[in-house]
Amino acid sequence: MSTIAIEKAGPRRKVKYGSMRHDRAWALRWSYFFLTLFAIFALVPPIYMLITSLKSSAEISAATNPWWVFHPTLSNYIELLSSNQFLRFFLNSALVSVAVVIITMLISVPAAFALARMKFWGSATLATGVFLTYLVPDSLLFIPLFKMFVLLGDWTGVQLINRWYVLLFIYPTLTVPFCTWIMIGYFASIPKELDEAALIDGASWLQTLTRIFIPVALPGLIAATIFAFTVSWAQFLYPLVFTTSTDQLVLPVGIITTLIKGDVFNWGQIMTGALLGAAPPLIIYAFLMDYYIAGLTAGATKG
Amino acid sequence: MAEVSLRKVFKRYEDVEAVRGIDLDIADHEFVVLVGPSGCGKSTTLRMVAGLEDVTDGDIMIGGDVVNDVPPKDRDIAMVFQNYALYPHMTVAENMSFGLRLKHYPKTEIKARVNEAARMLDIVELVDRKPKQLSGGQRQRVAMGRAIVRNPKVFLFDEPLSNLDAKLRVQMRIEIKKVHQKVRTTTIYVTHDQVEAMTLADRVVVMNKGRIEQIGTPNDLYHNPATLFVAGFIGSPAMNFLPCRLEEIAGKLNVRLTDRIAFPLPLGRATRYQNVGRAEKLLLGLRPEHITEASASARSGIEAFDAVLDVTEPMGMETLVYFTLEGTQVCGRVNPNACARDGGSLRLAVDLNNMHLVNQTGAVI
Repeated sequence: MSTIAIEKAGPRRKVKYGSMRHDRAWALRWSYFFLTLFAIFALVPPIYMLITSLKSSAEISAATNPWWVFHPTLSNYIELLSSNQFLRFFLNSALVSVAVVIITMLISVPAAFALARMKFWGSATLATGVFLTYLVPDSLLFIPLFKMFVLLGDWTGVQLINRWYVLLFIYPTLTVPFCTWIMIGYFASIPKELDEAALIDGASWLQTLTRIFIPVALPGLIAATIFAFTVSWAQFLYPLVFTTSTDQLVLPVGIITTLIKGDVFNWGQIMTGALLGAAPPLIIYAFLMDYYIAGLTAGATKG
Repeated sequence: MAEVSLRKVFKRYEDVEAVRGIDLDIADHEFVVLVGPSGCGKSTTLRMVAGLEDVTDGDIMIGGDVVNDVPPKDRDIAMVFQNYALYPHMTVAENMSFGLRLKHYPKTEIKARVNEAARMLDIVELVDRKPKQLSGGQRQRVAMGRAIVRNPKVFLFDEPLSNLDAKLRVQMRIEIKKVHQKVRTTTIYVTHDQVEAMTLADRVVVMNKGRIEQIGTPNDLYHNPATLFVAGFIGSPAMNFLPCRLEEIAGKLNVRLTDRIAFPLPLGRATRYQNVGRAEKLLLGLRPEHITEASASARSGIEAFDAVLDVTEPMGMETLVYFTLEGTQVCGRVNPNACARDGGSLRLAVDLNNMHLVNQTGAVI
């Protein structure tokens, strides 16, 4: 008898309230609506780049539908990829970015470990200070930095201006604070007992860092690597200021300075260059995302 | 294997004194449990022995050597944490062998030790798994395995069972005891659970507010508590405390609870309390099992009275009964067949042969 009563009550309640399923459906609809909106917003520029890169200069300047390729051609790609200059930009960018990622990680990982774990006088203030330096915009810094390197050149005779490797000294000012901040967050989330266990097991601070903290905070390390690489790869202002000779230029500056001649914009090649330039970060994301396993710390302690 | 000694050990943080002058001697092979409420300084004491906290004052000795300034890794200790603290990226075998690998032990010996510990803890089939693939109980076994393979002088346990559910806790308690029987390593075990303390320890150290209240065997603490705190802390349900005073009635010493209730003391207790001031305000301490249903046969020291029960809690093998005496709630343990029911009245009897008297300083007389 009671079972029947419950069965009767079941559907009626669903019709009357049914809040969970109903709310969820609407939430999903709104999410899809906004996700689609953002996807369009984010994808239109690269699609436009792709379309333009497949057109000849004549077709670009002709008044045809800009969203369609009538005579697709790979000439822009062939020209750029067979140009030594473009390959030089590419190589410079790659060298700078990889080196900056390595330098950044070598500085920020131990720094974050020290700031997060070795409680010393002023460590908390220092941690905040590190982050605050990141908030200083690079457009404010480039003039004093330029002066500094000119002075350094005058004093020591070591000429760094207009050399691609000057960027190895400059980019870390952008990447190290933020990467340190990211790593502090990840290291701080590792339970204290884990380093105490390592300490008792006989590990030194360095061993604790390399054998426990870095493997456990790998997702954070990857996030920081991606950040450092993206910042270095996409940086425009500093290389524009610090390097001028074409053989010293990195990709973003190289494309702009060599493919825009006066008021003549070689749109096809600019778009091709930009598209090819966007490829490495994309490939790196795709590759590293496989290793970006969230919840790696699961199981360390009672979760 | 080693003895551990603490001499006048203090730990002060900026404005808090966590440990206030602890003296403790732990013999070789002994299993000592530090027990007390949270914030009593038991974990701090253990962490000082481990070397994870600096000692503010006093000396800690392991195997006769003062280790105050010796780093944890050189103290030859192993510690099991409440939340296991397993390395999440290593397998069970790697977790257990981490310490040995750091010390560059030969591979064959590492393997042998890990296998032996795994066999002892019944986790042989788990050695290739990662911690996240294990249940809470299995993780705690691995944590113990990590301690065992190192073959240290001292085992330190910091509330290792607190994260487990009740049933598993009982099971692991037995496991820990078995392991200690096999390896016989000197062990210091911290818990806030007095049942754990009683069941595991050779000796229990009851701590309160940074000081040691009493050290003794489980039975000693249970039957002869030294202070009000120990009497109230050890035993579940806790000991009943009733305000009382001693009174001479017709030449016999009585304990008077209320204007209407006074019980004559049995001979042994009367002699013991002969010199206690008659006007002194005291507390009568009685364990629930010494308040039971009255039986027909009269014995010395067993005094019967009628009580109206507020609440009864049938536990199966016994029934806990709660009644109020002069505003104080009292708990008794009666036979499940004693017809105890909520709001009903029952004739109960107190066993004064097992009574305790606490004076105003909190000392058991």
